[in-house]
Amino acid sequence: MTKTTPPDVLRIEDLRIAFQTHGELNEVVRGVSLRVPAGRTVALFGESGSGKSAISQAVMGILPKNGVVTGGRILFTDPAKENGALDIVPLPRDGKEIRHLRGGRIGMTFQEPMSSLSPVHTIGDQIEEALQLHRPQNRKQARAMTESMLEHVGFRDPHGAYGRYPFELSGGLRQRAMLAMALICHPALLIADEPTTALDVTIQAQVLKLMKDLQREIGMALLLITHDLGVVANMADEVAAISNGRIVEMGPVQDVFRNPQHPYLKALLKASPHFEMEEGERLVSLRDQAKPTAPVSRLVKSASAEKPLLLTVRNLRKTYGNVRRGTGTVAVDDVSFDIRKGECLGIVGESGSGKTTIGNLITRARSADSGEVIFNDGNGVVDVLKLPPRELVEFRPHIQMIFQDPVSSLSPRMTVLDIIREPMLIQERGSSANQKDRVIELMDRVGLDPRFLNRYPHSFSGGQRQRIGIARALALNPDLVICDEPVSALDVSMQAQILNLLKDLQASLGLTYLFVSHNLAVVHYMADRIAVMARGRIVEIAPRNALFRNPVHPYTKRLLAAVPVPDLDRPLDFEKVMAGGKASDPMTWSEYFRGDELTHVDLGNGHLVLADRSCGVRELVA
Amino acid sequence: MLRYIVRRVLIMIPTLFITSALIFTVMELPPSDYFETYVAEMAAQGEKADMSRVEFLKKEYGLDKPPVERYFRWIAGFVQGDFGYSFEYEMPVSDLVGDRLLMTILVSFLTILATWLIAFPIGIYSATHQYSWGDYGLTFLGLLGIAIPHFLLALIVMYFANVWFGLSIGGLMDPKYFNQPMSWEKAQSILAHIWIPVLIIGAGGTGTMVRSIRANLLDELQKQYYVTARAKGLSPFKALVKYPLRMSLNFFVSHIGDVLPTIVSGSELTAVVLSLQTTGPLLLRALQSQDMYLAGSFLLFLSCLTVIGVLISDIALGFLDPRVRLQGGATK
Repeated sequence: MTKTTPPDVLRIEDLRIAFQTHGELNEVVRGVSLRVPAGRTVALFGESGSGKSAISQAVMGILPKNGVVTGGRILFTDPAKENGALDIVPLPRDGKEIRHLRGGRIGMTFQEPMSSLSPVHTIGDQIEEALQLHRPQNRKQARAMTESMLEHVGFRDPHGAYGRYPFELSGGLRQRAMLAMALICHPALLIADEPTTALDVTIQAQVLKLMKDLQREIGMALLLITHDLGVVANMADEVAAISNGRIVEMGPVQDVFRNPQHPYLKALLKASPHFEMEEGERLVSLRDQAKPTAPVSRLVKSASAEKPLLLTVRNLRKTYGNVRRGTGTVAVDDVSFDIRKGECLGIVGESGSGKTTIGNLITRARSADSGEVIFNDGNGVVDVLKLPPRELVEFRPHIQMIFQDPVSSLSPRMTVLDIIREPMLIQERGSSANQKDRVIELMDRVGLDPRFLNRYPHSFSGGQRQRIGIARALALNPDLVICDEPVSALDVSMQAQILNLLKDLQASLGLTYLFVSHNLAVVHYMADRIAVMARGRIVEIAPRNALFRNPVHPYTKRLLAAVPVPDLDRPLDFEKVMAGGKASDPMTWSEYFRGDELTHVDLGNGHLVLADRSCGVRELVA
Repeated sequence: MLRYIVRRVLIMIPTLFITSALIFTVMELPPSDYFETYVAEMAAQGEKADMSRVEFLKKEYGLDKPPVERYFRWIAGFVQGDFGYSFEYEMPVSDLVGDRLLMTILVSFLTILATWLIAFPIGIYSATHQYSWGDYGLTFLGLLGIAIPHFLLALIVMYFANVWFGLSIGGLMDPKYFNQPMSWEKAQSILAHIWIPVLIIGAGGTGTMVRSIRANLLDELQKQYYVTARAKGLSPFKALVKYPLRMSLNFFVSHIGDVLPTIVSGSELTAVVLSLQTTGPLLLRALQSQDMYLAGSFLLFLSCLTVIGVLISDIALGFLDPRVRLQGGATK
């Protein structure tokens, strides 16, 4: 009997949480009930602002000062003891009882592993601290236990790692250290707040696998807080979807995915891009504001081959740091590609692969070491990298950028009008009245209400801010728009809106995109052709479908295999993902793709892969 | 780390060289020198100066030589511990300054110590009890400390000490110990007197420091790693001391370099008002009377203090913050 229904470690009943702002109570969690059975994984799924983080903070008793639990109970039952359920809510803030639970019986990891660890203490020190608080040991033993925990979470040299500082570690290792810290006291419940959001896909898959293994070993329950349906599908036994502070759907993962009941979840499942989408298929975003102005069928894709070249990049190189002193790192290494007029070229790669640098080099935001960037809009050919300063200013309208972070890329001291008008002021386009008309026209185009002309960016949501950024990029009628991770800071539904907007604008204005992203599904949705980057080089470039159906390069394969898909029938192959080291490490690639004699081997139909000169097509594809 | 320290020490040499040249130039700028001022002063009082003695002294100290040569003689002497000769007091600068320097260092050191001892608890309290009445009250006191000039505070304290307690609080010791060798009684007398100038001189610094500790801590308390520490089960106070306070120390360590010279030179007026036997009043007088070796050596000494202070703070920062120690120069 008890086997089928394990006892609940955590039981939340009708929880209400409010935040006090300017003397007003603003309820963010409105009567949530939830349970986490022992040894099981429950995913709390929702978009930002849905109240999911507030719930986890309330369980730990670490709500911000202005947060109050206004009702409900949080019952924690320690399976190791037999004293029944303990209600966490009435416990005195920072009192002895709650501190005994925190870190001891309930562990927690956070989203940003860099800022969650103190930069001036070694990770060993920080992990051991948790151990000493709850299970005091003598120093030698504590150190030994800490090192064995570090080994457990995948540090190759636990003894050396003990004395490392967080900034000396990669993002994935930092998150592992966080896990070690949360798990060293073998808690009954682990709360993982967006544990992999800040990580690259291959690292994400490894960390997810690690969490699964550790959970099985320690036998703890896991409350996984995430906004990624792919993660949910791969990790959870049960799902609770939360929207606007209310649980809208709850149940075993099978029921929720195969037969979603609530319109919110149905909509979210449709809003996330996936690899099976047909050409021309549209994402259906939640709360879509405006119907698309351009009919979808106008998206002509196949004819791109005949279109004239807009941008030709040859042998682009960029090194950061001092090369002569041997401290330099090659960010972009001999990169060549073409973009045809009206197409969208996607660049994917993990952080540090050099994809953002390419965008910066083309716009000359950074100067390249060598190479050519030939721009030809039909009215003459220019090498962008050789333009003298004054001509560069005149040329700039042709290439514009959309940035990743919609908060920091807009000046908080300028109104929307000023922000969108600024490019026209710099380029001295038209009279003041003309400029204002143009701003209104642009706002209309990107789906912003022109009445908001005199507002400041802080009064807009993330998605709306990104629209402002898009309007600014379009102000000068550019030919080429470089989109640098334009949706990675946005929620799924916002992401769908912005992606659709970008597609519509491309069709109606005849824009050409260079679309840089780490998200394969997003690039799949947007791009006609895709270039995969690793270690500053393009390792594979191909039309979209060819790349996703027949990836050739081992790095591309690993990337594709590591993406968690919100589909229960295609779980992540964790064994494959874990196979040997970092995906971008050439030592993990087969010998065809290593060596000094690398060249781009043509596999036909514009499918090129970086491989040894002597290799034949057949050997590679096999 | 060792290479870093060596490099820093080597950089100090040209820095001090340039500073000394600047000081010397400034000292040379007035059209007259000490002796001319002296002769003119005597003439104004209707007396005749002993011109042969003046000529002798001018020759003896090389004032008839070109400035460049004099500069190098001065520097060469400075390096060997010969700081030159004070014309006004008619004794070597080192003898004149020696005693007072000890007192100055004592006062300065105690002031820094007092500032930190008072400011840290108040700052921590203000930051953890933000917008409480305690915070407001302490902030108000701190602002008073910043706003009232030291010498004025000194005057007020002296006045009330006299009116209420009939005490004369001037000086660093009882007058009967002047020019006496150090003894147990003298030391006691100094300790009995010194806390008043220390508190007065430290008042402004304490106020400023409370403000910065509060601001720094408030920033650090928002950081995610503090939440992590609490999520581990640390009590708020322990977590505060180990993480945010530790982080905010960086700020203070990097300011040691500024603190040293301002405390030595920034309290001249207070020292005059309280008639302290520190170097402040001496420097003031030397500048007024163009006693150039006294003033010049003094200023150069202050520069050394600044440079050494910055060095100390940089090295301390290296020990305190692994990011400085391990990442130096590696970025970009």
